[in-house]
Amino acid sequence: MNAASQATLEFLKLYWAPLLCGVAIVAILPLIVGYIVLVERKLMADMQARLGPMRVGPHGLLQPIADALKLLIKEDIIPDNADKLVFWLAPVLSVGAALLSLAGLAIGPAFQIAQDINIGILFVVGISALGIFGIVLGGWASNSHYSLMGALRSSAQLVSYETAAGMALVSALLFTGTLNIKSIVEAQSKEGIWFVMLAPVAFFTYLVASIAETNRAPFDLPEAESELVAGYMTEFSGFRWSLYFLAEYTNMIVVASVATTLFLGGWLRPFAGVGWLNFLDFVPTLLMAGVGAYCIVRAPKQPVRVQQLFMLAVAGLCFVLGLVLVVPLLLPIAKPFYAGIHGGFWFIFKVSLYIYFFMWLRFTIPRYRFDQLMRLGWHFLIPLSIINVLLVGVALIAGSYFNLHGWGLLLVTTPAAVTALVVALLILGAEKERDARQNQTAASDFYAG
Amino acid sequence: MLDKLLFYFFAGVAVASAVLMVTRRNVVHSAIFLITALLATAGIFLQLRAEFLFIVQIILYVGGIMVLFVFVIMLVNLDVALQQIQFARQKWVALLVALALAAQVGFMFWTSGKMPGQGLPVLIAAVAEHLPPNSETVAHSLFESYLLPFEIASVLLLVAMIGAVVMAKKRT
Repeated sequence: MNAASQATLEFLKLYWAPLLCGVAIVAILPLIVGYIVLVERKLMADMQARLGPMRVGPHGLLQPIADALKLLIKEDIIPDNADKLVFWLAPVLSVGAALLSLAGLAIGPAFQIAQDINIGILFVVGISALGIFGIVLGGWASNSHYSLMGALRSSAQLVSYETAAGMALVSALLFTGTLNIKSIVEAQSKEGIWFVMLAPVAFFTYLVASIAETNRAPFDLPEAESELVAGYMTEFSGFRWSLYFLAEYTNMIVVASVATTLFLGGWLRPFAGVGWLNFLDFVPTLLMAGVGAYCIVRAPKQPVRVQQLFMLAVAGLCFVLGLVLVVPLLLPIAKPFYAGIHGGFWFIFKVSLYIYFFMWLRFTIPRYRFDQLMRLGWHFLIPLSIINVLLVGVALIAGSYFNLHGWGLLLVTTPAAVTALVVALLILGAEKERDARQNQTAASDFYAG
Repeated sequence: MLDKLLFYFFAGVAVASAVLMVTRRNVVHSAIFLITALLATAGIFLQLRAEFLFIVQIILYVGGIMVLFVFVIMLVNLDVALQQIQFARQKWVALLVALALAAQVGFMFWTSGKMPGQGLPVLIAAVAEHLPPNSETVAHSLFESYLLPFEIASVLLLVAMIGAVVMAKKRT
């Protein structure tokens, strides 16, 4: 065996597991994204007193697969005057960056593709930010004014809100002293308190900034239908369009995972360190059993026999999942799997809640105007997040001076958060005053786009 | 073997895209090649086990500065820009500077007695474990060993930033 093949073998030994995981994620993710879209459509329908997709499968459960099939076999249209190469490259860039950033995330203590990278959270945030080039270049390459406008808005928006998001991350990272994702979650388990309690203002800032970064409503100006047709995606259709869609929803998963890791305790159960609350371990099983029972109750009411069987299959799947979740609690042999299985459950659960909240906001708040968006970013979020970093730092120094840990840290971080809130109110007041002054002198100018 | 292969890959991509960046007539294509060159350099940083530099290169240069570059490029009318003279007439000065730089790099290799790509850390986990974590090292040197230069640089940047804001502000 020569040196080259030996090196290859060594490389494979080290990296075959991550490679396999990567392939699996790339294969499964489109399906997950499809179902997130289905949930979103169902939720939107519910909020607008409609039924949403109902035709394909029971309650439209097979709709994502039908949609994906339709997108795959659609005609691939490239505009005549488009820059062909860049037009081809742009969606791939977007989706590639989004998928690559998933590699750094830790879904439970056992599942992480890029194990223990020192720069963990920075890797995820930095790589996912590269997806913007897909949007900007795609908008430019389409050679259409709507697309270009969407691309311009998108880049301005991202640059503005990335600062606020970064500062919010810094506030939380001050508590950990490390960038490694596993160590961040372990720090929260050691303190016995999630950082959302210690840095609520930072969590709020990150929430708003992450909505803007993923181009979601109410900040979906780059693809505002009422003004720009579909923004940067106007000229894209079929498979390329679906790549953009995949990238957008993957980015949602990424920001939700970052928020979960940093602020919501990652894979930790609520009150992970408290012994007498250990019965909370049975909550996942009960949840699964509840969903399964609901499916069984609803199954006879389906009009078609295939749909009834499908409902029963879903119920069976829920029961199996519940069983998998309960076995490590009851059988001593399966104990080693407890952390991995339950960690994975809680992580995915929290990420889902965060995404659910995104959808909720989308159907509740009307879209912002572009100058309002820019002002919110530069005049409100960025000053607030910078001041919050300072306040959290002061609180941490005070905490170490009084030797406070865990819930005791709330004694110093709560005043800091209250001060940040007062600052926020002051900024808002100053903004309102300025508005009033401007309205007196001249009509406000609409420099949208 | 693999590390050498990766090094030559990244280095080749960096050099090739740098050349392409200068020679393309389309500004957006130039920008794309500049991004590629920066990413390839980041790859070399990563190979040198400087993961913090790697991600800072990507976040700051690629994710921050290049986005602004592309933003500005899109506001420029490309058809007009193409008709203008794109290359400054300073060939001889440029040649002199390039030769001086090449001489410096050559001198470095000559004194160290190593060829480019030699002496790279090997891509084995066992070796990596003995290296101190990069972000911690950077933090210690910035905020302990070289605090004063760091602060001076920060003040300089702050002054530049305030200057830019003052100049951009509307006179009312």
